[in-house]
Amino acid sequence: MRAISRIAVSVFRESVRDRVPYNLVLFAVLLIASSFLLGQLTAGQDVKIIKDLGLAATAVFGLFIAIFIGIGLVSKEVERRSIYALLAKPISRPELVLGKYAGLVLTLAVNVAVMTIALYVVLAYMTWTTPPALQTAWDAPGVDPALLKAVFLIFVELMLITGLALFFSTFSTPMLSAALTFGLYIVGHFNADLRNFEQVVESRSAAWLARGLYHILPDLSAFDVKTQVVHGLAVPGGYLALTTGYGLLYIAALLIAATFIFSRRDFK
Amino acid sequence: MKATPAGIGSRGATAVAVAGVIGCLSAAVGLQIARDRIHAGETRETERILYVRSGEAAKRLALDFDALWADVYWIRAIQHYGGERLASARDRKYELLFPLVDLTTTLDPYFTIAYRFGAIFLSEAAPGGPGRPDQAIALLRKGYAAQPGKWQYLHDIGFVYYWHYRDFKTAAMWFERAADLPDSPTWLRPLAASVLGAGNDRASARFLWNQILQSEEEWLKRTAERSLRQLDALDAIDQLQAIARRFPPPPGQPYSWESLVRRGILRGIPADPAGTPFDIDAATGAVSLSASSPLHPLPHRQTAPAS
Repeated sequence: MRAISRIAVSVFRESVRDRVPYNLVLFAVLLIASSFLLGQLTAGQDVKIIKDLGLAATAVFGLFIAIFIGIGLVSKEVERRSIYALLAKPISRPELVLGKYAGLVLTLAVNVAVMTIALYVVLAYMTWTTPPALQTAWDAPGVDPALLKAVFLIFVELMLITGLALFFSTFSTPMLSAALTFGLYIVGHFNADLRNFEQVVESRSAAWLARGLYHILPDLSAFDVKTQVVHGLAVPGGYLALTTGYGLLYIAALLIAATFIFSRRDFK
Repeated sequence: MKATPAGIGSRGATAVAVAGVIGCLSAAVGLQIARDRIHAGETRETERILYVRSGEAAKRLALDFDALWADVYWIRAIQHYGGERLASARDRKYELLFPLVDLTTTLDPYFTIAYRFGAIFLSEAAPGGPGRPDQAIALLRKGYAAQPGKWQYLHDIGFVYYWHYRDFKTAAMWFERAADLPDSPTWLRPLAASVLGAGNDRASARFLWNQILQSEEEWLKRTAERSLRQLDALDAIDQLQAIARRFPPPPGQPYSWESLVRRGILRGIPADPAGTPFDIDAATGAVSLSASSPLHPLPHRQTAPAS
């Protein structure tokens, strides 16, 4: 456990050295600039759009960090040949994989937390500058704690994508890992269509294949509750719990597979 | 401290590079401005292009970011509507208004203001809008299908039947349906009764527009204000018509405001609430709104689709 946390901290420090936090500045600038511009363009929908933009930007920035750092977590060590030095230390291969994963998740957690704070600050400012009479037209309060539900599921989705990137990174090149992870990210959002495939095809085997793929591929569309949250619609606690549970179990499966593959890899 | 020759050379190279970048960018901006000026009409045509027309396709392409794409289409819808309103009356087409609000609401089915905004402006007659109350009703029905608890959509459908089709029976039916929903305001049922009983009275229309005037959306407010002024203009036309009939010109002379003013019947040439003088037909004395008035055209009857 100690070894895992040490590796995690070192991955986090490396991401700071790689200037990953710069994206936070970009995020803050994007939000602040938008809040000034949107009021002129959106016919009173500026708060809704700031929420949409803030949540989407959190997801996009996180996605890029998860994919582009995730794919290099293991393969970079192999390419640089620093893997030999690492494996010579009293660290097991599973500890190395789990530590790398935990480090990137820590980086993502800090990113998502800072972006969420920035989003709330901008929303608080907009709420403060909007007359109460105008606020009555909003679907949900400006500073709405329910936004955290969407942020939380974005974070779980990013953890899953990091798991995918790390999994591919244990046996393929960074380029291929990025392509595969991004491909699965896209497919994961069409996954819900596979569930209903049997309604549009006559072949039973095709329907079973689609159903099988629906269960095997990551169901990423389930993590998207941004629209509901922004419009002040209810997202039941049960839905959050089941989706989080699904995400964590899928991540566990990916990490087990990644450690298994990495443990059997021959670096000679 | 003395600068070394190498330092001067390096500083000189930096200055040349900075000047080069600024010069090239300035020239590019100059060309851009010239192109926009010379080919202004062509840019306007490009703005009319909608690359994705299928809402479902757009939803698929948007992945996790459908709400954000909805915002983009919403902003385009507003820009399109505003741009057409600013265009000369002959060029106003509004042909993208429905596809844009349709895309917006497919991408974000809970975007209430997009349905209501779309309905108000789609149904407005030319030149203020495309004059498509049928599309307005289709949009509101779509909104109601997405959020069956929202009485506002049913109220708005009733409003379109009332104001644009003058179909008071159908309008009253929709107001009744809206009143049946939980959380609907208490004034809906009396409104349905009054529309059904005396649909053609302007009091109901004033009441409905005053409800819209309470909206926090500036665009809706402005439309409501304009419509209320149109109602005032209709009242004024009725009064002036009565005066013209009561005090016809001496035999052989045409009807005119000047004649009525000269005879002391009117204090001055009467103007509509926007300040444009009313027209009076020289032969019949029929009073009407001037075609140059910002309130033109006044609400008129259209054929209603099946409810």
